[in-house]
Amino acid sequence: MTPKCRQAIRRAAWLGVMLIFGHFPCLAEAIPQSQQTSKTEFLVSRESVGRRGGRLVLSLRAEPKTLNPIIAADAPSREVIGVMQADLIHINRSSQLTEPGLAKSCKVSKDGLEYSIELRHGLQFSDGKPMDADDVLFTFRVYLDEAIHAPQRDLLMVGGKPIEVRKVDAYHVVLRMAKPYGVGDRLFDGLAILPRHLLEKPYQEGRLGQFGGLSVSPAEWAGLGPFRLKEYVAGQRIVLERNPYYWKTDSNGGRLPYLDEIVFLFVASADAQVLRFQSGETDIVTRLGAENFSVLSRQAHGYSMTDAGPGLEYNFLFFNLNDTKASPEAARRQEWFRDTRFRQAISAAVDRQAIVRLVYQGRGAALWGPVTPGNKRWANTEIKHPARSLERARDLLRQAGFFWKDGSGGDQMLVDQHSSPVEFSILTSASNADRTKMATLIADDLKQLGIRAQVVPLEFRSLLDRVNQTKDYDACVLGLASFDADPNSDINVWLSSGGTHLWNPAQAHPATSWEAEIDKLMEQQLVAKSFEERKKSYDRVQQILDENQPFIFLATPDILVGAKDNVGNFQPSVLEPYALWNVENLFWRNASETSRK
Amino acid sequence: MKSAPQRQRVIVTLLVLLHGIVLVGGFVAPYDPVRQDRDRPYAPPAGIHFADGQGKFHLRPFVYAQRLREGSFDQYEDDHSKLIPLKFFVSGASYRLLGVIPAKVHLFGADEETANLLGTDGYGRDLFSRIIHGGQISLFAGLLAAGVSLLVGTIVGSASGYLGGWTDSIAMRLAELCLALPWLYLLFGVRAFLPLLVSPVKAFLIVVTTIGVLGWARPARLVRGVALSAKERDFVRAAQGFGASNSYILRRHILPQTKSVILTQAAILIPQYILAEVTLSFLGLGIPEPAPSWGNLLSSLQQYSVLSSYWWMYLPAMAMVPFFFGYLALSSTLQEGRRAAKIDS
Repeated sequence: MTPKCRQAIRRAAWLGVMLIFGHFPCLAEAIPQSQQTSKTEFLVSRESVGRRGGRLVLSLRAEPKTLNPIIAADAPSREVIGVMQADLIHINRSSQLTEPGLAKSCKVSKDGLEYSIELRHGLQFSDGKPMDADDVLFTFRVYLDEAIHAPQRDLLMVGGKPIEVRKVDAYHVVLRMAKPYGVGDRLFDGLAILPRHLLEKPYQEGRLGQFGGLSVSPAEWAGLGPFRLKEYVAGQRIVLERNPYYWKTDSNGGRLPYLDEIVFLFVASADAQVLRFQSGETDIVTRLGAENFSVLSRQAHGYSMTDAGPGLEYNFLFFNLNDTKASPEAARRQEWFRDTRFRQAISAAVDRQAIVRLVYQGRGAALWGPVTPGNKRWANTEIKHPARSLERARDLLRQAGFFWKDGSGGDQMLVDQHSSPVEFSILTSASNADRTKMATLIADDLKQLGIRAQVVPLEFRSLLDRVNQTKDYDACVLGLASFDADPNSDINVWLSSGGTHLWNPAQAHPATSWEAEIDKLMEQQLVAKSFEERKKSYDRVQQILDENQPFIFLATPDILVGAKDNVGNFQPSVLEPYALWNVENLFWRNASETSRK
Repeated sequence: MKSAPQRQRVIVTLLVLLHGIVLVGGFVAPYDPVRQDRDRPYAPPAGIHFADGQGKFHLRPFVYAQRLREGSFDQYEDDHSKLIPLKFFVSGASYRLLGVIPAKVHLFGADEETANLLGTDGYGRDLFSRIIHGGQISLFAGLLAAGVSLLVGTIVGSASGYLGGWTDSIAMRLAELCLALPWLYLLFGVRAFLPLLVSPVKAFLIVVTTIGVLGWARPARLVRGVALSAKERDFVRAAQGFGASNSYILRRHILPQTKSVILTQAAILIPQYILAEVTLSFLGLGIPEPAPSWGNLLSSLQQYSVLSSYWWMYLPAMAMVPFFFGYLALSSTLQEGRRAAKIDS
């Protein structure tokens, strides 16, 4: 018998003694596997088996505002919360389809109104406390509470009524909706199941909204995700450690996640993030611009760069279609903008390929509609992709009553029926170099039509203020990034009553007949039962958008990421959170990195 | 060593020459500064050659045509089979000489393909042409702002020094207030008040005049000092005794005394205001795209990728150097002259 064996036996004997006398309260924490494996219904991961240990360092653009999933709205918070929490049904970021999470199964009733969910047995929060149907009930109660102002609340209101949740037994819950809901089980993605034992008291005291700030102590906070809070250093980093109670295993039966720790450093600027990655301080870098991507690719050693293809972000130019009448001049300009032929002409004159080449260095795709090539299921393939044509643009403008005059500099100048020159400003966000560049290219495209467009970079908040509040602008270049491939993630953009219906937000009644038709179609797809029916409605929406050009779609950037060569199972997706969606499967390939502390 | 007036003459000639080049920028620059060549983003400077690959000497300088490397965005190769000879007085993009006379002839250029001697920027615009044209705006900004400052400063300074009393107190307190104002933030404010669609020229003039008007305090205080000492001089007292009016004394006796101070101040203020314009445009507050100025030519360097990949984007900064040296050398010779004049008297 080797000394090591003897030592092990002695330790086991000790444990037995302590068990008998009940002196080992945190036993579950020390050896959770042997205790629960028999009961817990693990989800077995299909990805390749890795090795345990090591820590992964990433940078975040800002400190997360909160760890509380109910109130988190900013991207850094969501990214951190994403690895600390889990949902009933999860959207696989790679296949873009749903798959079971905390729920073992989900059955939909024939009328499409009821979802019966069976939970996995033996689930535990990261503090070792068991999770059951009561936690699910509590979660829905909190999300649906009007006083909490959860951003997800709108999604959980179907047909104007909240989803009803009923407990059958400890492992079964039934969700009932007032109307059939086309989104189906995708709804549950990102809906973190909350620990009732920790949050019920603050909830009843009415301070749940303030609970779960970064100063929360690790003992007071728990989730069902692969990692749990270890340490937060203000202004520097947040450290997460492995959740020993996580409910997934690899195909060999080893409990996930592989990594011991994840460290998020707070690095404010994109350039600084690139430098940190280049110097090896961080292991993964996401949300890269094309320029920085090519800088990193050129000098790559020890890491590799991945172009995951076009994401879901779509950038577009839009004109102010509000009825403001702020000044006679503004009213005259709006007359042009409201003419569909004018917008079609602008669309025909925009050189989208140049935008892809010069702004994204070719790492992107030109767009003629809101559904990007990164979206696998929803694109309307009927929509034409006409090449840039100044001829067509001139024809359309002529039809709309515009004509050309000799300008002061000897160049042709476009004028309207009243002989006043066509000139307007294009707003862009000053902090977004890509969009400013797009606007500059568009201004140059339009110069060839005799239109004087002037790019005005503004601070982002004052830009939004002009677009949404004062409505004092002519045109604007913006981008929207859908969080899911489903059309419902953008429903607020297309509904005329929506707050993100940027060209004319929050209308009481649809201003035009085509906006009314879009409203109807979006409502239809919301309650349609089959994918085909929904697709048909959404195809028509895309077609209407193409005909009327409220948005002149420009381009979508590729999702560009980089990771050290030794990170195993690294499979970036085009959906958020690009690199960390399979964080529990990430591992270090070689031993030196796993021992790194 | 040359004497101060001689050196002064050399420096002034040099400055006049430099300004002359910028003034006829449309002629010196081979291309339209806002013309985009979208197939040539970030092309590196094309080297001027006299001898080709076979060692054959050409009397006419030439550059090699640059070809984009297959599948690349910004990597170019010289095409050694294609020589682009540079010619003098070629006809090209139309422009207005001195802002008035329409013309098409450029000092140099190439017939068929473009020759970007200092490379191109991210939109494929010729950097050399942009630097020359950008100089027009930046130098004009410096001269205009300095002119405004000196005019206001001289009037207020001499009046306050000569008249004294409460005029002096109020003017000087105002000057102190202006010196203490954080002008950058003030400009942010001024910019925010402007409507969105103002012509770039108008927006720019407003901004430049604002910095000019705010800068009157320093010259005013210097001029006041000179006026204070001048009003005690015998010839001023004599003029007062003969019943000369205040404005007459200011014009005939006080202001001529301040000439050397004003000239030195001008030589110091002009580069300072050029730099102010560069700073503002660098921060996106100056003249907007696509018009070039030295500041917004440099503003792309805020991006790490540009900073690390395209060295020629630094060149606009080099363009400022001769102007700054010129003005600073001028101010130091002027100061020397003033000191010498004092010792003489």
